[in-house]
Amino acid sequence: MKIIVCVKQVPETQDVRLDPVTHNLLREGVKSIINPFDLYALEEGLRIREQQGGTVTVLTMGPPQAEAALREALTYGADQGILLSDRAFAGADTWATAFTLAAAVRKLGGADVIFCGKQAIDGDTAQVGPELAAFLDIPQVAWARKLTFVGPERLQVERLLDHGYDLVEVQLPALITVVKEINEPRLPSFKAKLKAKAATIPVYSLSDLGLTENQVGLKGSFTRVVRVFPPPARGQREILQGAPEELAAALWGRLQQMHLR
Amino acid sequence: MSIIIESDLCTGCGQCLEVCLFDALELVGDKVAVKDGCNLCGACVAVCEYGALSLPEDETPALSRPSHGIWIFAEQRRGRLSPVALELLGEGRRLAEALKIPLAAVLLGHQVRDLVPELMAAGADTVYLVDHPSLAQFLEEPYAAALTALARLHPPEIILAGATYVGRAFIPRVAAVLDTGLTADCTAFDIDPEKNLLLQTRPAFGGNIMATILTPRSYPQMATVRPRVMKKLPPDNGRQGNIIEIDLADLSRPFRSRFLETVSEITETVPLGEAEVIVAGGRGLQEAKQFRLLEELADLLGGAVGATRAAVDAGWISYQHQIGQTGKTVAPKLYIACGISGAAQHLVGMQSSDYIIAINQDPQAPIFQIADLGLVGNVFDILPALIQQIKANR
Ligand SMILES: Cc1cc2nc3c(=O)[nH]c(=O)nc-3n(C[C@H](O)[C@H](O)[C@H](O)COP(=O)(O)OP(=O)(O)OC[C@H]3O[C@@H](n4cnc5c(N)ncnc54)[C@H](O)[C@@H]3O)c2cc1C
Ligand SMILES: Nc1ncnc2c1ncn2[C@@H]1O[C@H](COP(=O)(O)O)[C@@H](O)[C@H]1O
Repeated sequence: MKIIVCVKQVPETQDVRLDPVTHNLLREGVKSIINPFDLYALEEGLRIREQQGGTVTVLTMGPPQAEAALREALTYGADQGILLSDRAFAGADTWATAFTLAAAVRKLGGADVIFCGKQAIDGDTAQVGPELAAFLDIPQVAWARKLTFVGPERLQVERLLDHGYDLVEVQLPALITVVKEINEPRLPSFKAKLKAKAATIPVYSLSDLGLTENQVGLKGSFTRVVRVFPPPARGQREILQGAPEELAAALWGRLQQMHLR
Repeated sequence: MSIIIESDLCTGCGQCLEVCLFDALELVGDKVAVKDGCNLCGACVAVCEYGALSLPEDETPALSRPSHGIWIFAEQRRGRLSPVALELLGEGRRLAEALKIPLAAVLLGHQVRDLVPELMAAGADTVYLVDHPSLAQFLEEPYAAALTALARLHPPEIILAGATYVGRAFIPRVAAVLDTGLTADCTAFDIDPEKNLLLQTRPAFGGNIMATILTPRSYPQMATVRPRVMKKLPPDNGRQGNIIEIDLADLSRPFRSRFLETVSEITETVPLGEAEVIVAGGRGLQEAKQFRLLEELADLLGGAVGATRAAVDAGWISYQHQIGQTGKTVAPKLYIACGISGAAQHLVGMQSSDYIIAINQDPQAPIFQIADLGLVGNVFDILPALIQQIKANR
């Protein structure tokens, strides 16, 4: 079974803020981490490899330093990491990201299952997975919380929707995006850590993928960010202390003013 | 490609380094230079007082506008419209008037024709109806195939869908195949009157930053829209519209995924994403049975119950109630946080609520930083007193 897991390196969300007055970025001590959801995607890939045999390849597109995310993925037990990196890839929106990832998946000879996280915590779009599936013309199940093989090429997937959970069956090759409920990621193993340190991480460039500049990065993107700004400041804050009955009365008063039904 | 720097104009003031979201600028000597990782967001261009920075020009010629107006995806389940469909029609009407183009609803499903009048009353000039057994249950493949085929037959200028689990699962497939951009989870729209383009505003980085996005060189311009943000119109049952029923041969082919069954329904009367009021609890509640207090209050207020990851991990309430980075994102009118410290990962899921009330014993708890009204005290004293007051006053 060929398993590909797509991971993204992201800044730890809570550290990224704009100063409400100067609009400067407050980025003190921002760490880069593997997108938390992608760890669940990786864990699921590893579990399927243990169950069905095969290999787990971790794929990321990003600047050269994104290599660290791949090495980290290897410490959990992935077989290999591939970095897609080229100056031409910079500024990619989800369309161009998915398009580039799709070219890499093809170059790798395809996969039986591709796992993505539910969404990345920087852009919060949740679009790259489904767009990648569309470019590869394979079926997809988003928001999976449980996978069961019912044949060598068929998966039953329990997935989260707004009304609860649906059970669907999908034919491989397929792409699955996972929610955190699906598993409990393992800890890195000592052995894998040693291997990860020594591993060579192949880097694919624009020409390696057989793409042209107009298909990737900012040039290949259909969306443009035209403005970034801090969210509107919250209104007047009010902190009350006192006896519970007084506090409850204050709360009740506020609820009445809000005309809730 | 990256930001263009006119070194002659650069004074090396370093302003742009401060605003770069991607840490992609550096000073080399006393001039700014671009490192890898430039995302061309333009934040630096806006801040440079000396005009030393600019975005590379797009040389793409303007496309002609497609003639089929604005479409909204009319999400439904089991013959009931999702509230976001009506909200999208309300917002769609406003945009359609500004652009002077028609507004249509796209209704996909099986035996759903009964919903057409409701869509017209809510603002649709046209309803495109695709009624097919393959669309009886939501699956990404047939839904994407249907919307893609429709958009090729009658090209629209804009497509909006709810940023629900359904919308966010299949709309990206449509955008990919139609070779166009897609903006996720928008909270505001505007029209650029010169270019007649849709300005799409959305939170990023967990709501810490807002971004406005354009789709300048392709049609349709596509976006998913956060539920409960846009306003629906009062239904006007006198409104007339036309219905265009379309038979898509493509839907009769076999699909590679199929629906088996609904495993569990969320039994709450009010789903979290649609609730106007959310009463949420954290580790401060100490045990599962204390969540009954929250349920009682939520019931009285017509709301739903939410929780932090700590409470979910402790097994006091199910994951479906988890709010935050690894749970749901909500934006109710009122959010009451009980025994919640206000960890960043929780805040990103609820900080766009209209009004936030926090109850916490610890006056230093970070939740008070974002609360509109903070009550320093014990949940187990305050909530019962509040519940009593509400009951006494009804
Ligand atoms: C990758 C990652 C993802 C995460 N995702 C999420 C997420 O999606 N959602 C989420 O919520 N968390 C998430 N977390 C966890 C988050 O960091 C916090 O651990 C969690 O939100 C804390 O929950 P809490 O506020 O209930 O608990 P605590 O932080 O333990 O806070 C409990 C609060 O209750 C108060 N209290 C105690 N007793 C009482 C009383 N009787 N009356 C009044 N107040 C009382 C205390 O003063 C304290 O402030 C994530 C963490 C990581 C690392
Ligand atoms: N640059 C990238 N490289 C590899 N995988 C990515 C990249 N961006 C997004 N993904 C994958 O797509 C998922 C959704 O990301 P997003 O659409 O950005 O929210 C992530 O959880 C990853 O699995």
